[in-house]
Amino acid sequence: MARFLFFGRLRDSLGTGAMDTALPEGIGDTEGVRAWLGGDHPALLDPSVRIAVNAEISHGNAPIADRDEIAFLPPMSGG
Amino acid sequence: MIRIQSESFDPGAELAAFAERSGGAGAIASFTGLVRPDSKGASVSTLELEHYPALTEKTVTAIGESARARFGLVDLVILHRHGKLEPGEPIVFVAAAAAHRRAAFDAVDHVMDRLKTEAPFWKRELGPEGARWIEARDEDLKDRARWA
Repeated sequence: MARFLFFGRLRDSLGTGAMDTALPEGIGDTEGVRAWLGGDHPALLDPSVRIAVNAEISHGNAPIADRDEIAFLPPMSGG
Repeated sequence: MIRIQSESFDPGAELAAFAERSGGAGAIASFTGLVRPDSKGASVSTLELEHYPALTEKTVTAIGESARARFGLVDLVILHRHGKLEPGEPIVFVAAAAAHRRAAFDAVDHVMDRLKTEAPFWKRELGPEGARWIEARDEDLKDRARWA
């Protein structure tokens, strides 16, 4: 089981902020996950959406495994 | 010192406490960000700030550490709210203590530019016309690029 988190406007467009699901066979990195979930949720394909694995922002394509926490982060607006 | 909290705070009391802690500094600069009562002509009744606690804490800490080193600060404090806020409430407070004024001014400015674009917070404004997500604007990204 991997845990997926969706923040900001992505939570609205997906209708949920968190989802637990097994990674399908053959999906082992962040860009693979983006393409897989982006099929149903094109908002995730937007290049401004960054991915964090276990609360670490990934730069480029990062490996992932079951039990990881994978967060989709739209552009941030602190301050 | 970094604090990410849902409770409101008193910027004046925070500044006084900070000044007391940073004895020996020659200059203290501070910034307080407040919830605006309107945004782009629409009135705002509530500002919701969502965050990703594990990543937010880490990112804000890293921004603070990098500013301390870059500007040679005596001390630095960053307070940031999350949750539901009303117009007029403080969202963020940054204070920097340094030997001289330029470092203190620049450190606060730098930290704010980085919080705007890099800190994992997501803002949503609620008002009579519905809800609207706020994302970093081009202006925020340009401000951030000044510190490259």
